[in-house]
Amino acid sequence: MGNDIKELEDIARQLRIDIITMLNKAKSGHTGGSLSAIDILTCLYFKEMNIDPADPDKPDRDKFVLSKGHAAPALYATLARAGYFDKAELATLRKYGSILQGHPDMNLVPGVEMSTGSLGQGLSAANGMALAAKLDGAPTRVYVIMGDGEQQEGQIWEAAMTAHHYKIDNLCAFVDNNGLQIDGEVEKIMGIEPLADKWRAFGWHVISINGNDIAQILEALDEADRTKHRPTVIIAKTVKGKGFSFCAGKVKYHGVPPSDQELEEALKEIGGSATPHQI
Amino acid sequence: MEELLGIRESYGEALAQIGAENKDVVVLDADLSGSTKTSLFAKKFPDRFFNMGVAEQDLMTTAAGFAAAGKIPFASTFAIFATGKAFEQVRQSIAYTKLNVRVVSTHSGITVGEDGGSHQAIEDIALMRSLPNMTVMVPADGIEMKKMIRHMLDFKGPVYIRGARNKYPKLFDDDYKFEVGKAVTIREGKDATVIACGYMVSQSLKACDILKEKGYDVGLVNMSTIKPIDTGAIIHAAKVTKAIVTADEHNVIGGLGSAVAEVLGESSPCLMKRVGIKDIFGKSGSAGELVKRYNLTPGDVSDAVMQVIRKRDGQ
Ligand SMILES: Cc1ncc(C[n+]2csc(CCOP(=O)(O)OP(=O)(O)O)c2C)c(N)n1
Ligand SMILES: [Mg+2]
Repeated sequence: MGNDIKELEDIARQLRIDIITMLNKAKSGHTGGSLSAIDILTCLYFKEMNIDPADPDKPDRDKFVLSKGHAAPALYATLARAGYFDKAELATLRKYGSILQGHPDMNLVPGVEMSTGSLGQGLSAANGMALAAKLDGAPTRVYVIMGDGEQQEGQIWEAAMTAHHYKIDNLCAFVDNNGLQIDGEVEKIMGIEPLADKWRAFGWHVISINGNDIAQILEALDEADRTKHRPTVIIAKTVKGKGFSFCAGKVKYHGVPPSDQELEEALKEIGGSATPHQI
Repeated sequence: MEELLGIRESYGEALAQIGAENKDVVVLDADLSGSTKTSLFAKKFPDRFFNMGVAEQDLMTTAAGFAAAGKIPFASTFAIFATGKAFEQVRQSIAYTKLNVRVVSTHSGITVGEDGGSHQAIEDIALMRSLPNMTVMVPADGIEMKKMIRHMLDFKGPVYIRGARNKYPKLFDDDYKFEVGKAVTIREGKDATVIACGYMVSQSLKACDILKEKGYDVGLVNMSTIKPIDTGAIIHAAKVTKAIVTADEHNVIGGLGSAVAEVLGESSPCLMKRVGIKDIFGKSGSAGELVKRYNLTPGDVSDAVMQVIRKRDGQ
């Protein structure tokens, strides 16, 4: 695809607009965690992954699992822009009869590889997909995004053991390390630090980056591709609600959509400046 | 002497057979492969066997990942852990997704024996049949288990098969015809009908013999698919005998008895009685002792049948 960094930044900016627009229309949904993860999704879908939106079931394709399924708006905006389905669908988010359920449904949305929503399960599912690819001798790589609050789920660490034990090196997991969960700061609710040490102790190759920096994400993905015999986790420091001052870094906007006024101001903010946005 | 067949041994043997025929079969276990007999598959196909360690939640969701990638995963552990510990994983990643995961348990019911109440799943049928998209089956003998497992190669959608620790009396021959969702009439009878599954089918067959000696002509239906349940067979039995007894090695709340009562209540009300575990946990003891203590003997079934017949006849 060869999109350069500037191009990817433009895509991410457009996807941010799509995300807050669809959330405002839906009048419910998860703003903060969608915006913190969108730069990672942009890099995966518009640069890294071997996929064909015109043929979602293409054999040997790469796969993505959104373990933190509540960031569905980010995935939907990404898939629509990639061409998996008509962008007009985005306006139906969370409405009765929509393919765009509150959390991703693999049986409804082209391009969604695994239904998620219950936190803690995505890494296990990705392990299964990656192991299946190894059995088939397929070149498939599997990518996952987890939340940092989600790291509190016990099953994450079961899956962490599995990926190491079976040397699942065609797997690359991200932790969207935005520091916040529903009830407040992750470190105050149930501390997960030192997170990198934990993953290292579980036998993973750990890369720590700024997860809202396209260049750093791409570099980390390259390093993950080159890492053999063990899985890679990219601990991506991000800002929850990144991109708009109404929600950036604010706990409240975990599951609150922008009001009409907030949307209007946010669009002005992002459109009005050449550099993407200030936080 | 009646011939006994191991339920879990039959499972393991069937896995090893279909594994040789279909390369997409993969098997996952959670440190109980010696007990569930998935070890029989593991020995033949080590590359397609995945021991997940003592991690049932990871077991179930990883199996879902395999299925999403086109494999036919069998995920096995004891019934209580498969359906209880990992309930929400089975719900989110297997039932909700409609993936072709075959959750096959062993060690259901009180015939687990000595391990006691912590290990005796008496609620797994209730849990699994409450999940949309889930097919729930209970084999009545080793032959039926083998037929079920073979069926799983072509069957679409998530399945729970309730296996057991103990050997059951052999009921069927190799030419037994198994079909998902189809009840099998083992014995016709006009005075009452027993509808049973699993171990309680052979127990109920003995009950029918006891009743025959007393002059009652009692039918027996093997309801090996609990969901989708064969409503036609239940309604037919209700119309013919107007006296139904259900028997399963499960809590009377939510198991086969409830499933049959739901059909009867909505479609063909008639008197019925449920033989099962009376909403209490199990205990340690030999399987034989527990079957007596928990009132799951042929005598208990025949008593229940006579009670329903008497009630029906206004005695
Ligand atoms: C098993 C489970 N428990 C609870 C929830 C409700 N829930 C949704 S999001 C969330 C917090 C997640 O925090 P984090 O992983 O940090 O996500 P992010 O900050 O990226 O939005 C919770 C508790 C859930 N979806 N699944
Ligand atoms: Mg967070």
